[in-house]
Amino acid sequence: MNDTKLHLIGKPRRRVDGRAKVTGQTKFADDIMLPRMLHCKLLRSSVPHARIVRIDATRALAHPGVHLALTGKDFKVPYGILPVSQDEYPLEPTHVRFVGDPVAAVIARDELTAFEALDLIEVEYEPLRTFSTPEESLEHEDPRIHEYGNQGNIHKAVSLGFGDVEKAFAGADEVFEDTFFYQGNTHLAIEQHAAVAAKDPDGKLVLWSSTQVPHYVHRALARALEMRAAHIRVVAMPNGGGFGGKCDPFNHEIVVCKAALLLDRPVKICLTREEVFYCHRGRHPVLMRFKTGVKRDGTITGVHLKTVLDGGAYGSYGVVSTFYTGALQTLTYHIPTYKFEGCRVFTNKPPCGPKRGHGTPQGRFGQEVQLDKIAEKLAIDPAELRLRIVEKPDTLTANYLQVSTTGLAECIRRVVAASDWRNRFRKLPRGRGLGLACSSYMSGAGLPIYYNEMPHSGVQLKLDRSGGVAAFCGATEIGQGSDDVLVGCVAEILGIDPMDIRSVTGDTDLTPVDLGSYSSRVTLMMGNAAIQAAERAREFLAEGVSRKLEVPKGRLVFAERRVFDAEDPAKGVSFSEAVCLAEAIFGTLGTTGSYTPPKAVARFKGSGAGPSPTYSYSAAVVEVEVNASTGWIQVTRVWIAHDIGRALNPTLARGQVEGSVYMGLGEALMEEQEFRRLPKRLSHALVHKFPSILEYKSPTALDMPEVITELVEHPDPSGPFGAKEVGQGPLLPVMPAVANAVYDAIGVRIDEVPITPEKIIKALEAKAAGKPARYGPAHFPDVPWPETLQVPPPWEGGDGKAINAPPRPSKELARKSHAPEVVQS
Amino acid sequence: MVTVTINVNGEKRTASVPPETTLLRLLRDDFNLTGSKLGCDVGDCGACTVIVDGKAVNSCLMLAAQADGRDVLTIEGLATMDRLHPIQKAFEKYASLQCGFCGPGVIMSAKALLDENPDPTVQEIRDALGGNLCRCTGYVKMIEAIQDAARILRDEPVEINR
Repeated sequence: MNDTKLHLIGKPRRRVDGRAKVTGQTKFADDIMLPRMLHCKLLRSSVPHARIVRIDATRALAHPGVHLALTGKDFKVPYGILPVSQDEYPLEPTHVRFVGDPVAAVIARDELTAFEALDLIEVEYEPLRTFSTPEESLEHEDPRIHEYGNQGNIHKAVSLGFGDVEKAFAGADEVFEDTFFYQGNTHLAIEQHAAVAAKDPDGKLVLWSSTQVPHYVHRALARALEMRAAHIRVVAMPNGGGFGGKCDPFNHEIVVCKAALLLDRPVKICLTREEVFYCHRGRHPVLMRFKTGVKRDGTITGVHLKTVLDGGAYGSYGVVSTFYTGALQTLTYHIPTYKFEGCRVFTNKPPCGPKRGHGTPQGRFGQEVQLDKIAEKLAIDPAELRLRIVEKPDTLTANYLQVSTTGLAECIRRVVAASDWRNRFRKLPRGRGLGLACSSYMSGAGLPIYYNEMPHSGVQLKLDRSGGVAAFCGATEIGQGSDDVLVGCVAEILGIDPMDIRSVTGDTDLTPVDLGSYSSRVTLMMGNAAIQAAERAREFLAEGVSRKLEVPKGRLVFAERRVFDAEDPAKGVSFSEAVCLAEAIFGTLGTTGSYTPPKAVARFKGSGAGPSPTYSYSAAVVEVEVNASTGWIQVTRVWIAHDIGRALNPTLARGQVEGSVYMGLGEALMEEQEFRRLPKRLSHALVHKFPSILEYKSPTALDMPEVITELVEHPDPSGPFGAKEVGQGPLLPVMPAVANAVYDAIGVRIDEVPITPEKIIKALEAKAAGKPARYGPAHFPDVPWPETLQVPPPWEGGDGKAINAPPRPSKELARKSHAPEVVQS
Repeated sequence: MVTVTINVNGEKRTASVPPETTLLRLLRDDFNLTGSKLGCDVGDCGACTVIVDGKAVNSCLMLAAQADGRDVLTIEGLATMDRLHPIQKAFEKYASLQCGFCGPGVIMSAKALLDENPDPTVQEIRDALGGNLCRCTGYVKMIEAIQDAARILRDEPVEINR
C-alpha cells in the first residue's frame, strides 16, 4: 500500500445494511413466503428421559390438510456440531433425553393444521430415571443418557497441569479458596429460529435458515440426509439475533429439508418461543472452585481451577465449552503455574452450548470476584493490584496462549479515571458501591471445528466495467455488522464508497467458505481475507492505470472513487475507468483472498481451545445502589474500556460494547435458565420453569443504566487495519464487576450469578447471624478426574507438549480414523 | 371466516380470514407486510408493534377483526417516496439497530410517542420502549436516536436527504 492514510476505516459511518433495517425491509427467514409452501411442526418429547416403545403417526397423516408425517425411522444418520459428539438425530428414534427432544414432524397446508395433527401422533414411552442436576449424574452411572463419553453420565472430564501448583501454594503468603456458581441462561434472540427448504427443479436442495454457521449446517445436512454436499445450498438469512444460539445445526433444519425433498414443495418452520427455550444451547450452569496462591504484594504464585458443567442432554459444543471454562484465565494476569480440571456431565435438560463468551464468563466471574477478595485481604486497591500483575505483551502464557498486544493496563486506567475510582471506591455511603473487573477474549478461534488445513475465511471480489464491485463471503450477518466490515475493508483499499459495493454473504453456493459467526472470528479473519482480495484487485487496476497515465504504480492513490497520481492529484481516472483499463488488459476481473490463523504453539491434547491470532481486553467499573431492606439492586452507571486494536467503524464498535454491557447486566442480575419437576401426580417431568419472554426476565429500556464506553486503540499486527474483536469480550467483566460493586455497597459477597435481591437478603441475614457474609455454594462435588496431563510452562523449559502423554496416533492415522478430539469453537 | 377491511399505510385493503387471525398474521400472511415481526405471539416482546388509530399496539394481541375499519400504520408506511421518517433517519445514522429484528416495533413505538409528546424526557422515552425488547443494543443508541429525531421534528423544517 502506498497510502497509509485511511479514508474510511476508523471513521463513524452508517452501516451498509442500516437502511434495510430501519425500513423493515431486511428479510429474515420467517419473512420468506414461497408459492405452494407447506408448514412444518415438530412433536417434542413430553417426558425428560425415556425409551420410545412405540410411535404411530397414522392418525396424524390421515388428518385433512396433512401432507407428510415423519418419525425417527426416516433418518438413519446422527449428526452434531463437533466431530466427537455426533449424538443427535433429526427425530429421535429410540431414546428421548429431555422434555423438548423432537420425535416426530407433521407437514401440513398451514401451521394450525400441523399443530392439530401433532396431537394425533401416538407415542408410548418407557420412563427412565431422570437426572436433573450434575450431582445426580455424577452419582449414578446408570442409566446412561448417552452411550459415549468418559464414563457413566460424565460427558467429558479433563485435567491439565502447567507447572507445580502445590509447590506454588506452599510458596505463597496467602492461599485463597472460593467456590462459585454461575447459573445457566439463554440467548433470547428476539427472532425465533426459522427455516425454509425447497427442492430445485434439478433435484438440488436449498435451505434458507436463521443460522450463524451455514457452512457447518451444510456439512450436517449432507451427512444426515446422506446427500452430496455439492447438491445442497444453505443460505444464512440475516439473523434476528444470534449470540451463539444459532451455532448448532438444528433438528428442524434437517427435517424441513427431508420434507421438501420428499414432497417436492417448499416447507417452512418457525419455532415457537417455547420451543426456542427448549432448543437452548446457551450458557452452561457452572460450579467452580478457585484456589489461588498470592504473595503479599499481590503477585500470583499459582491457580488451581476446578469446574463442573451441567451440559444438558446432548454434546453440542460441550467438549469445547468444558475446555473454555479454564482456557483463558491466564491471559489477563501473570499466572506462573496453573492447573485446570473441568468436567461436563449430561443431565435431562435442554442441551447447553455456546453463548456470547462461550464457557469463559463463568470462570472469569469466579476469578475476578476472588481477586477482589484477595485485594481486600492484602489491603491493596483492586485496580492497583490488577495493574501490578497484568500480563505483559508478547508473552507466551503458562498454558501456551500467545499474547501479542494487550491494552489491559490502559483499559484499567481509563475506567478508573472516568469513574473517579480513587475518590469513591470504599468511600461511598452504605448502599452505594463501585466494583471493578477485567477480562480478555479471543479474536477468533485458532482452529476450525473439524480438522482441516484450509482457510478459515475466504473472500471473492468481482469487478466489472460498470465500476461495480461485488464482495462474496460465507460470513453471516447476525446483527454484529459483518457485512459492513466486509464492504468497509474492500472500499478502503479500492478507494470507493462502501455503498458502491454489493455484498453477497452466507450462501454456500455463491460465496467462498467462512466458518461462521462465532468465537468473535469474523472481523479479524474475514477482514484479512477481504483486504487480501482487495489488494489483489487493486494491483490489476494499478497496472491498467499506470500504463494509461504513465505513472509508476507505487505513486497511484485510490481514493474518492478515483485513481490518481499522488504527486499530481488532478492527473487520474475515475474508478470505473480504472476497472475498464484493467479489464482490457487482463480480461474478466476477479480476485480472491484467504485467511488462515497462525499455528498455535501448544501441542498437548486439549490445547485446541484457547489459541487465537490475538486477544481483546476489557475493564469495567460498575456503580450500584443496593437497598438493604429489600435487597433491590439498581445499576446506575457502567464505565467500560475495551482494547479493540482499531475500531473499523466506531459507531458499530460502540454498539457492540453497549450491547455486551446490556447482556452482561441481564446475566448478572436476572437471567436464569431454570428448571423444575412437575408434581408427581402430574407427569413429574423436568420442565423449564418459565419458557416465556415475560417470565424469563431480561433487562428492558427501563433497566438499562448509562454506559460510558472508551475504545482503546493500538492497532494489532494480526488484525485487519489492526482490529481485534469487540462482540463478546466486553460482556465478560460486567458480571464480576456487579458482584464486586454489591460488596462495596453493602458488605456481602454474592458468589453466584444471577445476583438477586433474595440472595442479598440471605447474605445480610447470614452476616447478622455471625455467619460468613456471603451467599453462594459451599460444596464442590467429588469428580473422578483423569490423570493430569503435565505440560511444563514455557519458563520451565516446556515446548508446549505434555510430558506424560500417551503416544498419539500419527497425523495420517488420525485423519483417516477420526477428526482429532481437540476441537475448537 | 370474517371479512376485514383496514386502511393500512393509507391504502384500503380487504381480506377474508379465520376469526382467530391476529392483526399481525393478517399483515404478514395476507398483505405481505413482513416488516412487523413475530417474536413471541403473546405480547411479550413488542416486535410486532404497529400504530392503530394513533396508538402503538402489539399486533399479535389484536384480532384482525378488531382492526376492521381502522387506520393501521406499519413500518412499511413510515417513509414517504421522498424521504425516510426522521426517526428512521436517526436510527440509521446512530446505527441504533444491530440485528434489526426488534427495530420495526421499536420505531413504531417511538413514532407513537413523538406524535403524542414531541419533547419527551429520557425517562419518557424509556417508558415508551418498555414493551419493546432488544437483545443487541442495550437501547443506548435507540434512546439517542429518538432524542435526535424529536429535535429534528420540533425544529421543522429540516431537510432530510433520503
